[in-house]
Amino acid sequence: NMATLEKLYKQVENIKAIAEENRQKENEAAVRIQSWFRGCQVRAYVSLLHKNATSIQKIWHGLTARALFRQRVKTAYFITKMNFYNKMAVKIQQRWRGYYVRKYVHDYYARKRYLEGLTRKNKHIRRDLEEVAELQWKERERITLEKQEKEKNIQAQRLHFLLSTKQCLGVFNLPFRTEPDETELRLRKVRPLLVRSGPFRPALEVQQQRHRPLEPSLHIITSITALEEQYEGLMHTSTPFEQVAYGTKHFREEHKEYLKGKKPFKTVFTTCHVFDKFGRLYSSAGNIV
Amino acid sequence: MSQRQVLQVFEQYQKARTQFVQTVADLAARPQNTETLQNSGVMSLLRPLLLDAVPTIQQTAALALGRLANYNDDLAEAVVKGDILPQLVYSLAEQNTQRFYKKAAAFVLRAVAKHSPELAQAVVDCGALDALVISLEEFDPGVKEAAAWAIGYIARHNAQLSQAVVDAGVVPLLVLCIQEPEIALKRVAASALSDIAKHSPELAQTVVDTGAIAHLAQMILNPDAKLKRQVFSALSQIAKHSVDVAEMVVEAEIFPAALVCLKDPDEYVQKNVATLIREISKHTPELSQIIVNVGGVAAVIDYLGDSRGNVRLPGIMMLGYVATHSENLAMAVIVSKGVPQLAICLEEEQEDHIKAATAWAFGQIGRHTPEHAKAVAVANVFPKLLNLYLDTESSEDLQVKAKKALKSILQKCTYLPALEPLLYEAPSNILKHIICQFSKVLPHDSKARRLFVTSGGLKKVQEIKAEPGSAIQEYINAINSCYPEEIVRYYSPGYSETLLERIDNYQPV
Repeated sequence: NMATLEKLYKQVENIKAIAEENRQKENEAAVRIQSWFRGCQVRAYVSLLHKNATSIQKIWHGLTARALFRQRVKTAYFITKMNFYNKMAVKIQQRWRGYYVRKYVHDYYARKRYLEGLTRKNKHIRRDLEEVAELQWKERERITLEKQEKEKNIQAQRLHFLLSTKQCLGVFNLPFRTEPDETELRLRKVRPLLVRSGPFRPALEVQQQRHRPLEPSLHIITSITALEEQYEGLMHTSTPFEQVAYGTKHFREEHKEYLKGKKPFKTVFTTCHVFDKFGRLYSSAGNIV
Repeated sequence: MSQRQVLQVFEQYQKARTQFVQTVADLAARPQNTETLQNSGVMSLLRPLLLDAVPTIQQTAALALGRLANYNDDLAEAVVKGDILPQLVYSLAEQNTQRFYKKAAAFVLRAVAKHSPELAQAVVDCGALDALVISLEEFDPGVKEAAAWAIGYIARHNAQLSQAVVDAGVVPLLVLCIQEPEIALKRVAASALSDIAKHSPELAQTVVDTGAIAHLAQMILNPDAKLKRQVFSALSQIAKHSVDVAEMVVEAEIFPAALVCLKDPDEYVQKNVATLIREISKHTPELSQIIVNVGGVAAVIDYLGDSRGNVRLPGIMMLGYVATHSENLAMAVIVSKGVPQLAICLEEEQEDHIKAATAWAFGQIGRHTPEHAKAVAVANVFPKLLNLYLDTESSEDLQVKAKKALKSILQKCTYLPALEPLLYEAPSNILKHIICQFSKVLPHDSKARRLFVTSGGLKKVQEIKAEPGSAIQEYINAINSCYPEEIVRYYSPGYSETLLERIDNYQPV
């Protein structure tokens, strides 16, 4: 009994020792199992929580996303509307700009019309100027022709004596000619100049001579008392050197006191017949004195 | 000696003086005698005769002096130095002097003043202007004419003398002279106004303020040709200074009467009218528009066709000025058939300055838009302009103007048939613009591309050597990119050699 008890105690101690050896391992294993189980529990709990949270979040996300989506739809609609409006506004502005530019800035058709009008006006002006030039040219030609005609007529008037008569053919109407010369016809047409015979001087000269202004010579211009008026005595002489009175104012001395009671001389001689006709003959030779 | 003998001596002396002075006056009328006369000291002999007691001798002496001074400026200076002018001025201002003497004195003043500004200044310094103003108030038209002529010659030289003349109060009297019936007086007065107004805007304004424009405008249709010359010269000298006076001239309703005078037989009248139109159209587009609307451009173009030589110059310049202002007016010039006429002018004229003006006018017409450039190109003008630019005998001014005109027209020209002949002859600075134009037009027009190839233009373009990176190389690249590569390679120089080289390297099968 004791031995078996001891054997049993040894077996129990063996078993205890073995159990002691395995205690750690078994303890760890038990812990592991338990922890795994606890883990499973917790995981199940957590997963439940997760699901709930997901579910809440799902609903929440859905709400916000739909709100966002509604917002986006609104903005997209707004943008399309604005694009449409913009396009329409552009169309209107195009038309308006085209109209405005064509009317106020550069009217192509007005310019075209202007240039056409200008060509027409130019044509008119050119035609008018040509006409005026023609007229003036014709006028000048006419004047020169008239002058030539006049000259020829004057010439014919002067040569009127060359007109041919029945008896004697003139030099412009020579027999071998079929018809008389142009000058001959002119001679027949014009009236002859009435030329007064005689070597007359041209009328202009005669007029000039008749109305010639007086050009008196120095002798005539100087007054008769010029010497007395202008004569200035010399500085260094004493004599007056004027005109001596004897010889110009009187020819002999007069003693008035001697002549007081006396009568003047009487001319005694009678005139000669020689001097009867003096100043009454044709010639004016005697008038010079 | 008796009185009679003494008086006879004086009579003989007077006869001798009269004969002397008359012969000298006759001799002085011929220019070949003046040197001999001058060497014989005629000035010192004539001077005391001016103070002679007998009026005829005074007048003839003054006439002789005037003719001598007229001939050359040495004699005129001798007149000034001999202190003759104060005496003349004094007698001119005197009431009692006979009108022949006044005419002769004014003639001497004119003859002295005409040679140079210094002599004219000497004449003014003697107080001649006041005396001339007094003679302008005389009744006799001959005296007025002589005085106005002298004033005109004084005022001709420079602005100070003109200002002195105006300060003497001459302008209203000249305007009165213009209204006188004598044609010679009108001529001289118009010429004097023209000489006064030409120097500066203030002087022109002074002339305008006295109402000269209306009177000048009335004389436009006068039949006398010399008067018309002076009138138009006066109007153009007035109008050239500023827009306001030009507008006043136009408001005087000279158009379209002035256009009739463009057909006058006297060529100087035509030239002066063209000058007047040029001066008016130079200022603003509105004035040019007025002239275009009244048909002035057509009249001027006809005038260019009828005239030859130097007188064409104002007409050509007028067309250039009108075309400068805007493209509307340039189109008006083109529509009035201005371009063919200018092309004829360019060919016919020999003088360089006229050709330069024509080249400038072309440049102004063609530079606005491609339409304008095409009108110029169609008239076959480019080769001529190029020749003028390249010709070594052309003056510098002509070359510069031809080059500028070519450049400005080419920058707008899209008419390719006219550009192609230029490819062959143009120097590189012009070629750049031509290639530029080709590179702009060819990418858009397939027919033009075809034509370009068949006419040999592409070949020529390939032969152009250009530095890589320069503008011309870019244009060449742009042209080459319009064509497929084979064609470009086909036309590049040395293609036949490269083909032959390929034969060398080829191994027959």
